[in-house]
Order: sequence, then C-alpha cells, then structure tokens
Amino acid sequence: MEFLSALLNGFSSGGTYAIIAIGYTMVYGIAKMLNFAHGDIIMVGGYAMFVALVFNQPLVALAFAILACMLLGITVERLAYKPLRGASSLAVLITAIGVSSLLQSLAQIIFGAAPKMPTQFMINGAITLGTFRINYSTLVTLAVTVVIMTALTVFVKYTKTGRAMVAVSEDRGAAQLMGINTNRIIAITFAIGSALAAVAAYLMLMKAPTLSSTLGAMPGIKAFTAAVIGGIGSIPGAMLGGVLLGVIESLALSVPQLAPFTDAIEFAVLIVILLVKPAGLLGKARREKV
Amino acid sequence: MSETLLRVEDLSVYYGVIQALKGISFSVNRGEIVSLIGANGAGKTTTLHTITGLIRAKSGHVFYKDAEITRVPAHKIVTMGMSHVPEGRRIFQNLSVYENLLLGAYSRKDKKEIEGNLEMVFRQFPRLEERRRQLAGTLSGGEQQMLAMGRALLASPELIVLDEPSMGLSPLLVGEVFEIIKSFRAAGKTVLLVEQNAKMAMAISDRAYVLENGLITMSGDAKALAEDDRVRKAYLGA
Repeated sequence: MEFLSALLNGFSSGGTYAIIAIGYTMVYGIAKMLNFAHGDIIMVGGYAMFVALVFNQPLVALAFAILACMLLGITVERLAYKPLRGASSLAVLITAIGVSSLLQSLAQIIFGAAPKMPTQFMINGAITLGTFRINYSTLVTLAVTVVIMTALTVFVKYTKTGRAMVAVSEDRGAAQLMGINTNRIIAITFAIGSALAAVAAYLMLMKAPTLSSTLGAMPGIKAFTAAVIGGIGSIPGAMLGGVLLGVIESLALSVPQLAPFTDAIEFAVLIVILLVKPAGLLGKARREKV
Repeated sequence: MSETLLRVEDLSVYYGVIQALKGISFSVNRGEIVSLIGANGAGKTTTLHTITGLIRAKSGHVFYKDAEITRVPAHKIVTMGMSHVPEGRRIFQNLSVYENLLLGAYSRKDKKEIEGNLEMVFRQFPRLEERRRQLAGTLSGGEQQMLAMGRALLASPELIVLDEPSMGLSPLLVGEVFEIIKSFRAAGKTVLLVEQNAKMAMAISDRAYVLENGLITMSGDAKALAEDDRVRKAYLGA
C-alpha cells in the first residue's frame, strides 16, 4: 500500500516535471536551442500568481500568470534569442543563462530575497483507505497532467499549426518553402512552453507554498533531465521522461536508506540511459546535415 | 517574345568572404522550361535558394511578375505563385504522405480548390494515394521525389523551381521524372530546372544557361547549346 501511494505520488510529481519538460523539448525541437531560462519562467509565473492574489481568486491568478508568462516567453525570444538565429549554439546557450540570472535578479529586486508564503493555492486533505493515503493535490496534478498531455498531442497531430511545428522542427528551410512563417511558429512554441511553466508553478505552490527567486531552478534542471532521458525534441519523450523521473524520485524517497541520495539516483539514471541510448528513450539519432 | 515571368539581374551572393555568385543575370519566360547547367559548386543551388528567399543576396535584383522579390522572405514568395522543390527532396519524414501534401497548401485558404489539386496530384501520382497514410520517410527515393513534386503542386504555383530532381534515381525513374516536368509545361506552368543530368535537361528545355564558378558563361536555345562543342565536352560527355 505504501508502495502504491509512493507510485501515485511519483506519477504526480512526474507529471509536473513532464509539463515543464515539454517546454524544454518543444523549444529545442523547433528553435534548436536549450532555453535554460525556462525554469525561471516558472518562478515568474509564481510571482505573477502571487501579485494577482489581489483578486482573491486562485484560478484568476493562474489565468493571469499564464498570460504574463506567455507574454514574457514571446518577449524573451524576440529580444534575446531571435537576433541570434544562425549564431553558434554556444552564444545562444550563454544568452539563455544570462536571461535566467536576469529574471532571478529582477525577482529579488522587486520582491526581496525572503520567500513569500502564498497559502491560498494550497489544496489540503487526502483520501485515506486503511494504510493507503493519497492527497487531493496529487490527484489534481494527475488530472491536469493528463488533460495537458492529451490536448497537446491532439494539437500537434491534428491542427495546421501543429503540423507546421513538426515541419519546422524537422527542416526549417523546407518548412519556409511551404509558406510557413518560421518566426511565428517559434513564437507560438515559446508561448505554449511558457503557459505550461505557469501551470507548473500553480501545481508546485499547491503542494508547498514557498515562493522565492529560485523556485524554478531545481525543477527546471530535473525537467531538463527528464527531457533528455525521453529524447530531447520529442514531446512523448518529455512526457515519458518526466513521469519516469518522478516515479524514481518518489520511490527513492519512500525508502529511508535511499532518501538522502534521491537526486544522485535520478542523475545516475540519466547517465545510464544516455550510455545505453545516447539519443534518449524516444529520441531519434540525428543525422547531421551539411 | 512572350512575357517574362522571372528576371534575375546582376545577382551576387557571398558565403562569408567567398563569393558564390558573381553578378549573374538571366530570365525565364512564361510557359518555358529553362535549365541551369553546370558542375558541382558552380552556384546552381545557390541561385535557386536566392530566388526563393532562403538565402539573401549581397547585391542585385530578382523580379517575379514585375515585383521585386529580392528581400521578400521565403514563406511569402510561395504565396506569390512560386514553388521550390529542393535538392534532396526534403520531404517531412515524420509526417504522413497526406500531411506532407497538406503542408504544400499551407498558405492557401481556398479549401475546395485544394481538394481539387489533391485529386489532381493523386491522379498524376497514384502511388502517393496508395500510400497516403504512410510516413513519408518510409517511401522509396522515387516516391519521395514524386511526393516533393506533388507537394509543390499543391501550392498551385505558376513557376516551379526544381533542384536536381533526378538525383539518386534509377534510369527508369529518371525518365519518368523528366516526363513529369514536361507535363508541368503542358499544364501551362513554367519551370526553372537545375540538373546534373545535362543531357536530359537540355532535351526537354526551351532555353538553357551554363553556370561556371558563379558566372553565366553561355546561354541560348537549348537545342543549339546542346550542339555547342564546349558544352558537349564539358557537360554532355561527348
């Protein structure tokens, strides 16, 4: 029973990782860059929700945060990354790290270094059946994850914009020859990833109401790990990687002897998977085109 | 003299410090098949990429239907009625045949006409209809070339730009590809063709230009050019 609760908790936190990992993987697949500021978009989403609490409605705050993050994602892409199209990937990577520390510093300047404690997003209570116990927040996370993954899969597979995204990720030049405005598709990708980051911020504050400028740092790295495990660039890969990482983490935490080594175990899994499958679980070995 | 559809004037293109095109000028008239022939690295693909907007020219002009398109982005040029079938086909391997064709019509809103064009493409390439649900990456080389051409047709172009359409195909399929190109002209479309197979390209072309090291060195009626001693020695293996 304890194993079952740990497993469900793992699916739940894995869902959050997956939602964040989708942002990394879509941007990588379509804009061919690692957006290391993605974790900090989560943090901005958290503060946006905190500010929007003046309306005293957690869901209104979420909607506000989603809009704010989409706007921020598009702006960051336009100002920081777009001028670097065609530049070396190292230049783009350094820029992304720069954006990351810029956002963190701004948050500290505006909101101070001490964490905020917005308890309004918390969902307490649990279902208990004998020794089996599962929090409502876990169930909400699971439901949100399933809805988002289904919606995203349908969007990519069955809409014109979704098909254009697949085309741009596969061959940007050929996509342009089809009449696809690749800059627009890249902007949409950043908007979707950033909206998902805001949702992730909500899910995190629902479980633990500690909001600081480093809110997105560790989840960001974990989700990036998840994206790489699943095969960066692959949306189903990000989903699988996220859930896998969450389950491993939760199972490790449930064993007292292993709990202190949870992070180490997760990153060790990454190393082992990359040794066996260098492109990740669902990633395709990429042929470099000249 | 028929109407000029595409006009290239004094076009220069650089890759870094290396000059790939050194001020070339040529034109394509409505209803013609015009070939650009030349050795590897002469600048044929660069010329096509500059015309369709994938590469920016350093100087010079490209006019299409009397509008200057030198700095128009690739995705807008498609909507003006010019389709580019790139070298190596570059079909979208992870999408189905049908999805690839739909992307060809990406910038169009006329649903009924798109349906009509789809049927037309399926009539011309029955293999594509048989395999419409199959992932494009699983098609044979010949089928991929058919798909690339069908996809270009779905943009309903007036000018089709073809880059090495016969590359890597068996002799039988090469013949088929050239028949298809002739059928484009018969259907009232205009073709700008780049080919390694100069012999067959000249045989179906109205006019041809010879490109050497980024310069146009010869031009004229394709039949006459095919008789020229220099052309025969350099490109026709005679």
